Amino acid sequence: MENQKKRQAAYMKRSLLDQGYLDEQFIHLEELQDDANPNFVEEVVKLYYTDSARYVRNIELALENGPYDFARLDNMMYQFKGSSSSIGARRVKRHCSQFQEYCNAKNIEGCRNTFQEVKQEYDTLKTKLETYFQMER
Amino acid sequence: MEMAQELHVLAVDDSHVDRKVIERLLEISCCKVTAVESGTRALQYLGLDGEKSSMGIDGLKVNLILTDYSMPGMTGYELLKKIKESSVLSKIPVVIMSSEKILPRIDRYILF
Repeated sequence: MENQKKRQAAYMKRSLLDQGYLDEQFIHLEELQDDANPNFVEEVVKLYYTDSARYVRNIELALENGPYDFARLDNMMYQFKGSSSSIGARRVKRHCSQFQEYCNAKNIEGCRNTFQEVKQEYDTLKTKLETYFQMER
Repeated sequence: MEMAQELHVLAVDDSHVDRKVIERLLEISCCKVTAVESGTRALQYLGLDGEKSSMGIDGLKVNLILTDYSMPGMTGYELLKKIKESSVLSKIPVVIMSSEKILPRIDRYILF
């Protein structure tokens, strides 16, 4: 039973990597896990969720009404991108970069549309990781 | 038998995620780590008064400061400046971490 769960977890991780949801940074985090710190990655990811909720909320508020401070929007997204990068959230990171490009172009509609994509990718990843960690335990 | 002193690193980063990862990495490298979330907190920990030693609040000497560059409030560069302006703290090596590749900015740090 245990071995089957492990195989499923390994298979799911491979799949997440192949489909580009995660990159090598996630593997690097797993390398920091050991018997004394068996849930390290899950703990880091939980912190990512907490930080992300805050970043997303702040960006949402900033996108609501003009005048739009694109430098500030860019800076907030830079922080969210950094966090995402630290856990290996590859697709989320890519959409964060696109958002920053729209900030540079001062294109508010572009920002808004891309932000929806960022949130969608984030939600998708969160669901998949929750499944993965359940298998891993 | 004399025990080698563990190096004490003060890590400064506003991101919870990055602080946790840095802490773990440094632990694995057998360093004692104190992680704080801002430059302001870092200076408080070190004691702003230049007459004090480079002891942290818990009395442990800080051997290295590792700081993020881009932080709300005090940036890593501003923290670096404050540390180098202090007669006592200026001896502590400071490493700035950044994912930005802005060369003039990087040159600025080396001048310290």
